[in-house]
Amino acid sequence: MGKTKVRKMLFILSKATIENVYAAFIMANGARMEGIESEIFFTFFGLEAIQKKKLEHLHVATVGNPAMHIPTMLGGLPGVEALATKMMKKEMEKLDMPPVGEFLEILSDSGCRLWACKLAVDMFHLKEEDLIDEIEGILTIGDFYNRADEEGTQLLFI
Amino acid sequence: MRKIISQTEIEVNEEGYLTNFSQWTEEICECIADEQGICMTERHWEVIKYIQEKHNNDEPLSIRGIKKSGVIDIKEFYSLFPGGPLKKATMIAGIPKPKSCI
Repeated sequence: MGKTKVRKMLFILSKATIENVYAAFIMANGARMEGIESEIFFTFFGLEAIQKKKLEHLHVATVGNPAMHIPTMLGGLPGVEALATKMMKKEMEKLDMPPVGEFLEILSDSGCRLWACKLAVDMFHLKEEDLIDEIEGILTIGDFYNRADEEGTQLLFI
Repeated sequence: MRKIISQTEIEVNEEGYLTNFSQWTEEICECIADEQGICMTERHWEVIKYIQEKHNNDEPLSIRGIKKSGVIDIKEFYSLFPGGPLKKATMIAGIPKPKSCI
């Protein structure tokens, strides 16, 4: 364990756009690299990032995202989201950022604990076999709060 | 900043990283490791040699690189250098702390 006052970072990932997923992954991995414990709780659309069939097909949001500098009407045209995603992935690869699946392996091997939200799993009619093997379990939000009940713990909702 | 370690004076930055690699010796390496609570084993040496080699070839160090290294996997890397493996391993190896976020 590091000498930091922050001992544990808990992330709740509720979205599946690439920029949000990577934000959570980079911060969770960064915590481990600093000797800080980290865990991610995947809920609602965040579950897309841990579904075997979906995780390599996440997109960047081109609609409702003013920072993309694309007019909303254009952002909604077929293929625009895919193109923007392709461009972003290319830039990420240049910076040696791993794809989602590999990143999840890295996180798990680094000791970052990964959980799925029970309510969201039920809502989307998912089964355990739909989720990647690195998921340690399916928890209620109460279970997750119990994991936060330690000194020096921070919770972040993404 | 100067620091006396194993009866030798070395130059380090405010975080304790050597600023002049030519001052690095295996003895100093073992002392820094000890300060970090790590007892050097053969496996540790293999990893230290590997990251020094990467550094000498100007190849950036990252956790993804460790995964692909073929020398060590991430799990063992964390168990050999607990509490921030890349940070500690580079300090022990006498090279600068990696500046990457991943």
